[in-house]
Amino acid sequence: MLSGFVVADELAKILASYRGNRSELLSILREVQDTFNYLPEEAMRQVAKFIGIPESQLYSVASFYSHFRLTPLGRKRISVCRGTACHIRGAPQVIEEAGRLLGVKESETTPDLEYTLETVACIGCCALAPCLRVNEEVHGEVTLKKVRELLPDLNNGA
Amino acid sequence: METVTLTIDGRNVVAERGITVLEAALENGIYIPHLCYHPDFESHSACRLCLVDTGDGELLPSCRLTVAPGMVVTTNSQMIERARRSILEMMVADHHTTCRGCPSSGQCELQRIMGRLRIDRKRLERLRWPTEDLPRDTSNPFFDFDPNRCVLCGICVKTCEEIQGADAIYYTARGNMTRIAPFGNKPFAQSRCESCGECVVRCPVGALVTKNVQRPKQEVKSVCPYCGVGCGIYLGIREGVIVDVRGDTASPVNGGHLCVRGRYGWRFVHSPERLTTPLVKKSGELVPASWDEALSLVAERLAGYRGDRFAMVTSIKLTNEEAYLAQKFARTVMDSNNIDSDARLSDAPTLAALQRTVGMGATSPLSELAQAATILAIGTNATETHPVVGARLRQAARRGASLIVANPREIDLCRHARMWLRPHLGTDVALIMGICRVILEEGLVDASLVDEKAAGLTAWRESLRDFSLGRVERITGVPQEEIAEAARLLASGPTAIVYGAGITQHTHGTDNVLALINLALLLNTGNDSLRLYPLQAHNNALGVCDMGCLPDYLPGYAAVADASVRERLAAVWKADLPASPGRTLTEMWSALASGTVKALYLVGADPLSTMPGHEAVRQALASAAFVVVQDMFLTETARHADVVLPAASFAEQEGTFTNMERRLQRVRRAISPVGDSRPGWQIITELAGRMGSKGFAFGSAAEIMAEVAALVPPYEKASPEESTLCSFPAADRRFAPLAYEPVEKIADIDYPLLLVTESCLYHHGNWSARVAGLKVLADEPFLQVNPKDAADYGVTNGQMVQVASKQGEMVTKAIVSDVTPPGVVTLKGGAQDLQALQAGLTAVRIVPQTE
Repeated sequence: MLSGFVVADELAKILASYRGNRSELLSILREVQDTFNYLPEEAMRQVAKFIGIPESQLYSVASFYSHFRLTPLGRKRISVCRGTACHIRGAPQVIEEAGRLLGVKESETTPDLEYTLETVACIGCCALAPCLRVNEEVHGEVTLKKVRELLPDLNNGA
Repeated sequence: METVTLTIDGRNVVAERGITVLEAALENGIYIPHLCYHPDFESHSACRLCLVDTGDGELLPSCRLTVAPGMVVTTNSQMIERARRSILEMMVADHHTTCRGCPSSGQCELQRIMGRLRIDRKRLERLRWPTEDLPRDTSNPFFDFDPNRCVLCGICVKTCEEIQGADAIYYTARGNMTRIAPFGNKPFAQSRCESCGECVVRCPVGALVTKNVQRPKQEVKSVCPYCGVGCGIYLGIREGVIVDVRGDTASPVNGGHLCVRGRYGWRFVHSPERLTTPLVKKSGELVPASWDEALSLVAERLAGYRGDRFAMVTSIKLTNEEAYLAQKFARTVMDSNNIDSDARLSDAPTLAALQRTVGMGATSPLSELAQAATILAIGTNATETHPVVGARLRQAARRGASLIVANPREIDLCRHARMWLRPHLGTDVALIMGICRVILEEGLVDASLVDEKAAGLTAWRESLRDFSLGRVERITGVPQEEIAEAARLLASGPTAIVYGAGITQHTHGTDNVLALINLALLLNTGNDSLRLYPLQAHNNALGVCDMGCLPDYLPGYAAVADASVRERLAAVWKADLPASPGRTLTEMWSALASGTVKALYLVGADPLSTMPGHEAVRQALASAAFVVVQDMFLTETARHADVVLPAASFAEQEGTFTNMERRLQRVRRAISPVGDSRPGWQIITELAGRMGSKGFAFGSAAEIMAEVAALVPPYEKASPEESTLCSFPAADRRFAPLAYEPVEKIADIDYPLLLVTESCLYHHGNWSARVAGLKVLADEPFLQVNPKDAADYGVTNGQMVQVASKQGEMVTKAIVSDVTPPGVVTLKGGAQDLQALQAGLTAVRIVPQTE
């Protein structure tokens, strides 16, 4: 997790260009997410104070929009496609194997903040099904063996 | 009352103008199903069940429909029922499958509506999402939250926002995933939730329920025994045991609103630590004894220490009757004015300041607080110390009153305040004088009117000369513009001033209060009360002082030194009274240590826990020849006693308390005394009888109150049955000239930081520690350190640090936070360890601990 001080410093830079009106809330949250990849709790508390609304209400807004992430994103974002073509060609098994290796469920991040596993509807490479993406890099015709080559087994021994 | 006539279901109904159709129907016995409506709030029509037909073809929620003349309303028809049914079906489909095992079964609105609409559960299965039950939140020790039973009516959210003002919970996520949750979806116990239970009271279904709920068979009206607010409560009794407490909605104090201590803190009454039998010290050990043995020993030993060799300390939680008898015992049986109470530590500055300026009778009713347009909350963290008043302050800010918070620390009230003034520690006099000066200089009040209403304006005005805004800014650190703005807001009143221990528990406590009285005199020329609200930490501080548990005052603040007063009282008491004022609580310890005072009788007082200067008290207790402690628990101090007498709690005896507005309220015997304990007044009566005194033949608490009423006229006029205000006659108002005295420079190069302690909602005297749930909720002690100081002394967040003062040291966790100002560290919780560190205002150093 990020330390409170890092959050405070970065946040101060963001808030410097705002006045603290309620109408600025969504813009601020978007900037916070752009900076940290997610909305750190400490940042949400500070933003609530800055805007002058209760923390619980800010969280209500943050949790309403699927755009906002409330948990940190790993440095490597594994997006497994589960579009129709990929689904037919074994996406469920790919997701399962990736989850087993990393020890996380869908939309979760490993505790070391290295990997986030998520699924996407279609990345537009149906000809290469099943496929997945590591950050921006697409891997096609994925097999379970290929998954094991791509991802470390963080879950061994468990 | 203006009325409107309308037709509901063919019936002519007369309703008050402005109310809703739903309210009109309910008042007239016409039931319209509803879940999200609650009379305490404006309707927000979330549930859509109260749909009615007004004949224009569309169905409207009756909770948002204002009554109009000639309106024709149908509350039930095929169309309405079809709409209602489908709304209800969706709601139930999202709800827990069965009512079996639900604690609210039988009292649940949803169940009631389902019964009326004859919903078939089986039919609903097709609508159900194939989801698992969500986990219940059982983190709070007093209540559980089961999201599977929640219907999202929003009543709890509104309660938290509008009644308590804690803003702990809100709707989270969206669509069918919507849940009520605290910030970050955290458990209740780790959120801002203040555990007041107001949402539990209002939840119409089984989502928020009290843990281990038992329905009382009978209810007894009483008064909360915690803080000075004195909320009205009903004790719920089942088989001789308290099982529940609810707020008294008819109480003029709280109108039913309670905090966590009032609603759940009663459990100390049934604590296994209660003393059930007298204890007598035999060869160094306290061993159980009979009442007869204990009382004869006390009577025999005390008889040898009459006069100045005897001293008595009472707690400020005693009933008026106990307190009155205690001081009568000290004065007539023991012939000693060495009687004082814990009020010396907290409330004495208020009494001294009132005495000098406007008289003891100057109290203000809480109802005027609610009407104030501006409120100054200074030196108080009311939401933690006096939660119901704290909630009133938040409510006031919500409805648009200007709340001005003056506090060196960032407390929750700051979030609701229009202005937060952050004076340096101990500079309140300068701040207030600066504000007063602006008010007079800018002509914000009519000076000639002020002069007419209160004496001494000229001399006081002279003393204001020293408080130029520039100097005040230098002393307090509050910018001049802020001082001036605060002054203007305060002058635009009606203005109430609320203050607490931050003002009184201070080396210049009396000056601080005088400064506030001056300000109140300036602002309240046209008002009978000064709208000045001292928040006493304990429930009967005012009563115990009114009863004369003071070394220099007899009941009703009649001066001991006044011979005519003594004569009048001697005639009633049929005993001679000692003429010279006695020793104060702070003076007693040295007198005990030097052997001048030999016997000590502590009635509910626990100086080892409450007095600063722990070691001096311990030594004094050790040098005393004879110590009697009368208490509910074997306190720190009681362990040093020669005899311990088990006292009954507030729920086991008749009596009265006097709250912060000087409202006389009655507590009643709801259960029989635990074990062999006895009401305090009976113990003293019996003891006095054994010591040959005749003035103690009281058969009931009411007889004692009758004697009080004869001596203290305000108590004669007040009726504890109706909880009315006791009003002491108004004295002439007078300003008090003041100068700013800097706090002693106690911080030095070795101990560079000032230590302040912060009260905690869940920690309150000796009793809260005997309530398991309150102990769970109270934080582990921690020390807040400003980031600047943290950098200077190399402290990181969460690290263990050693805090050392000249008196002692302790190790605690450091939390780095700008809630506490630079140069000041704040200790929260952990009162016991603190005793070792503290002697008044304390300078400390902090040293990070390495592992």
